Amino acid sequence: MDTFLGLYNYWIYVGLLVVGLYAVLLKGNYIKRMIGLGIFQAAVFLLFISMDKVEGGTGPIFRYGQDITTIFANPLPQVLILTAIVVSIAVTALGLALAIRIKEEYGSIEESDTLRADRDE
Amino acid sequence: MSFLFFFTLSFVLISAVLAVHARDLFVSTIWLGVFSLMMASNFFILDAADVAITEAAVGAGVSTVLFLSALALTGEKESGRRVYRLIPSIALLTLAVVLMIVSLDHPRLGDPSAPVHQHIAPWYLSETPVLIDIPNVVTAVLASFRGYDTLGETLVVFTAGIGVLSVLGFRPKRKAVVTAAQVSRRTVRIRDHLILRVVGKLLIPVIMLFALVVQFHGEYSPGGGFSAGALFAAAVMLYGILEGPDRSIKAMPQVIMLRLAALGASIYIFVGIFGMLLGGNFLDYGVLSSNPVAGQQLGILLIEFGVGLTVASVLTMVFNAFAGRETY
Repeated sequence: MDTFLGLYNYWIYVGLLVVGLYAVLLKGNYIKRMIGLGIFQAAVFLLFISMDKVEGGTGPIFRYGQDITTIFANPLPQVLILTAIVVSIAVTALGLALAIRIKEEYGSIEESDTLRADRDE
Repeated sequence: MSFLFFFTLSFVLISAVLAVHARDLFVSTIWLGVFSLMMASNFFILDAADVAITEAAVGAGVSTVLFLSALALTGEKESGRRVYRLIPSIALLTLAVVLMIVSLDHPRLGDPSAPVHQHIAPWYLSETPVLIDIPNVVTAVLASFRGYDTLGETLVVFTAGIGVLSVLGFRPKRKAVVTAAQVSRRTVRIRDHLILRVVGKLLIPVIMLFALVVQFHGEYSPGGGFSAGALFAAAVMLYGILEGPDRSIKAMPQVIMLRLAALGASIYIFVGIFGMLLGGNFLDYGVLSSNPVAGQQLGILLIEFGVGLTVASVLTMVFNAFAGRETY
C-alpha cells in the first residue's frame, strides 16, 4: 500500500504521457493534436513537480519567525517548470496559428484531407 | 499522501482522457481547462505555489481562450477518422510498460533522501538569505541564480509571438467567405448579455490589480513576471471577449504590443549589459548598487518587470491576432 501511494503520481504521469502522445500520433485533427501536446507537456510538468516535494515540508518561501528546523521543498524543479509552462503556451499559440492558416488554405484541419489535397496537386 | 491529492491526481488523468476522447473540439477544450485547473491544484498540494499560480493563469485561463478563439475559425467538429498506424501504437504501449517498470525504482513521493534533494537545492536554500535576501527562493533562483535560463525562455516567448504574427499577418485579414456559423456567432455576442457584460467588466480592474500584486510582490510571495504577465493578458482577453475583438485591438494595437514585447526583452538584456559596464559579469546584479544585496534585489525587480511586459504583450498580441480574424 505504501509503494502504491508513493508511486501513484508517477503512474499518473505515465498515463498522461501516453494519452498525450496517443493524441499527437494517432489523431488526425490538428487542434486535437495540440490538445494532446498540451497534455504531454503537462505530464512532464507533473514529473518535475512531484520531485520537489519533501515529506513534512512547505513551499520554498521564508517566513518571519520560522522555526530553524523548517523543511522546504526543492526550488529548482519549480523554477524550471514555471518558465516551461509559459513556453508551452507560446508553442500552443504558434501551433494554433498554423492550424488556422491550414484551415484557410485547405478548408479543413484533418490530416487526411490536407494529405489528399497535396497529392492531387 | 492525502485523500485530496489522490482525488486531484486521478481526476487529472480522467479529464485528460475525456479531452482526447471527445469528438466535439469545444468539449475537448473545456475538459483541457478542467485538466489544467486540477493540475494547478496538484502543484499547490506539492508545495509549488508559484507554479500553481502560473498554471492556473496560463493553462486554465489563457490557453482555453486561445483554443476557443482558434476553434471559432477552424470549426468545432472532429471528423473522427483515426489514423491507424501500427508502429506508433506499439511504440506507445512499449513506452507505457517501460515507464511503469522504471517507476518502481523511483524514490517514493516526498522522500527527503532522494538524489534530487542532495546536490544543489540545499545550497540555494542556504545562500538565498545571504546573497539576495528575499523570502521567495523560487524567484531568487529564477531571476538571479539561473538568470540565463530565464532570459532564454523570455526570448522564446517573444519569438513565438513574432512567429504567430508572421503566420497570421499583422492586420486581421478581411475575407469574403463567411460561413453560417460565423454569422450566427456574430449576431449573438456576449456584448448583448447585460449581466455577463456588467459583471465581467467589474472583474477586469480586479484582475489587473491582482496581476500588479503578483508582479511586484513576487519576491515576498508566490508570483513573478511570468504569472503576472499571463494574468494581465487574461484581463485584456476578458475585455476582448466582452466588447468584441475590434475594441480590444483598438485599445491595444498590435504595433504597440509588439514594441512592448521587444521592450520587455530589451530591459532584461540591458540590465545584464549594464552590469557588465559596471565591471561585473553578464546578468550579475550585485554591481548595480554599492550594496551587493540591494543590487541583486534591484536587478531582480527590473528583469521581472521585463519578463512580465514581454509575456503580457505577447499573449495579448496572440489573442488579438486570433480573435481579430473573426471579424471579417
